[in-house]
Amino acid sequence: MKDNVIVKLENVSKKFDDKYVIKNFSLDIYEGEFITLLGSSGCGKTTVLRMISGLENVTSGKVYIDSKDVTNVDATKREVNTIFQNFALFPKMTVKENVAFGLRMKKVEEKEIEKKVSFAIDLVKLKGYENRYPHDLSGGQQQRVAIARGIVMNPKVLLLDESLCSLDLKLRKSMQIELKKLQKKLGITFIYVTHAQDEALSMSDRIAIINKGDIVQLDTPENIYNHPKNVFVADFIGEANIIPAKVIKKIDGGINVKMLENFLIDIKTEEEFEKGEDIKVVVRPEDIAVSKNELVGSIKGVIIDSTYSGNSTNLIIDIPGDFDIKVSTTDESKFRENENVYIKFDSNKIVPLRK
Amino acid sequence: MKGKYSKLLFIILVFIFLYLPIGVLIAYSFNSGSTNLIFEDFSFKWYLNIIKNTDLVNAFLNTLLVAVTSTVISTVIGTISAYGLYKFDFPFKKLINSLIYIPIVIPEIVLGISLLSVYTLMKLELSIYSIIVSHIAFSIPYVIVSVKTTLTSQTITYEEAAKDLGASNYSIFKKIIMPIITPGIVSGATLVFTLSLDDVVISYFTAGPGSNTLPLYIYSIMKSGITPDVNALTSILLLVTFVILITLTIVQSRKIRKEAL
Repeated sequence: MKDNVIVKLENVSKKFDDKYVIKNFSLDIYEGEFITLLGSSGCGKTTVLRMISGLENVTSGKVYIDSKDVTNVDATKREVNTIFQNFALFPKMTVKENVAFGLRMKKVEEKEIEKKVSFAIDLVKLKGYENRYPHDLSGGQQQRVAIARGIVMNPKVLLLDESLCSLDLKLRKSMQIELKKLQKKLGITFIYVTHAQDEALSMSDRIAIINKGDIVQLDTPENIYNHPKNVFVADFIGEANIIPAKVIKKIDGGINVKMLENFLIDIKTEEEFEKGEDIKVVVRPEDIAVSKNELVGSIKGVIIDSTYSGNSTNLIIDIPGDFDIKVSTTDESKFRENENVYIKFDSNKIVPLRK
Repeated sequence: MKGKYSKLLFIILVFIFLYLPIGVLIAYSFNSGSTNLIFEDFSFKWYLNIIKNTDLVNAFLNTLLVAVTSTVISTVIGTISAYGLYKFDFPFKKLINSLIYIPIVIPEIVLGISLLSVYTLMKLELSIYSIIVSHIAFSIPYVIVSVKTTLTSQTITYEEAAKDLGASNYSIFKKIIMPIITPGIVSGATLVFTLSLDDVVISYFTAGPGSNTLPLYIYSIMKSGITPDVNALTSILLLVTFVILITLTIVQSRKIRKEAL
């Protein structure tokens, strides 16, 4: 099941006015997975989605859905459905008419439509709203109608284009959970496009991070967070300290590097680095320990900013040599600005990167 | 309290300013005397007299013919043009988009003279048909503008959503586009109908012999003095316009209420 490729993009390129937005893009998407295309706006992620749905033609390359070449198949005939960014609910139709629209277009028997529509509306918990018009619904309800309108078609793949962005924070959080649940329940492949990394991390089975029309890393959320492949990913996903370092020597199962002026530390890594190489190391704020007392192998610094955020306190600590290190701590002790503290790195949680 | 009264007074004055002339016209249509100066007695005599004035009746029928035909044709052409401008990309689209507004903003008299010279150049005989063609010409831009405002970038998303759900181009137009543009079509058509109904300037230049419209007829008898049967007829016209307007409003608001349920 897991290894069955449902959508295959093969060297797909897209040109708008002589400019390539996507160039030689390849991606295999497996049946039943929740994959997120994550990137900042203008990176081409929506274009990829539109090429899968058929709303955009490819300039070159091939698109396969369920092993069939659909490169030249019209959007109306592809077995995928899209949930649009602003939902695109037809304004002059009721909830029921909106959900039934696709089936009517397919000339499904009216009795069958009735059954499927009420099932879909039930699934998204909108029973009782059948005869409302979209403008009478809240953002979250509109979102549900859009989802119902898509899944009622029983598509092989559901494409979601920044579908949660227009909702407020709290609603977005609860919709994230619901979407994930729904996807598990239906077993439909979800391809989700977003620029919000928290959404990507919490919902996806896999994330494809896209920058300038290219996949920079394709992996599980955990791996992307803990083992970013390059500086772009480390910086894009979550908070990170990206510190320049120099490889001093190779050691067993890793390297010894010098960073923050004269601080030496052993880092575990499977990648090969050369002696004397200039690299960058990535450390997440929560992976740095902070204490008021000096510990073995700790560095002294001064707190220049302290922000309390409920479950943790975010500190910015100035290290001699003009380095600002972000630290996030759940320690209850009060850290005040201008206070001297000691920070300590965990050599298991430092990721060395070449680029 | 003082502010409230002055506001009320202001509103009353504005309404008097707007509606007094119309009130006078209606009042004098029921005047049994034959001048618009002294109100003698209440009577329906001028209403009955209309029928005897064949010139007036002909002019009225001509006006209706021109207004109805030009409205229907310009609405169809205007709607198709607006949809085409929204839907398709072609060279000089931006230029064409701004050229549409020119017939709306140039003085009517210029348009009238231009049309006349075109007809003369083409050696077309002036008749009621030349008026109709002229009215169609000045009406189309109004319809285009009115329909175009209903077609936004959001409409493109609706079309894409429909396409995504498997709708054919015909279905998209019928089920998605039509309901969206209908209010624009209705308001455009109403506007050009009323514009055609009372047009003097353009009709004046492009009318042929025996193709008097009501505004032209009234304009021509100005010198000899307006007879009270004109008052009567214009009152009827006023009534017709009101009925149309009120019906449209009711239909629209009912629709809105229905959608709100």
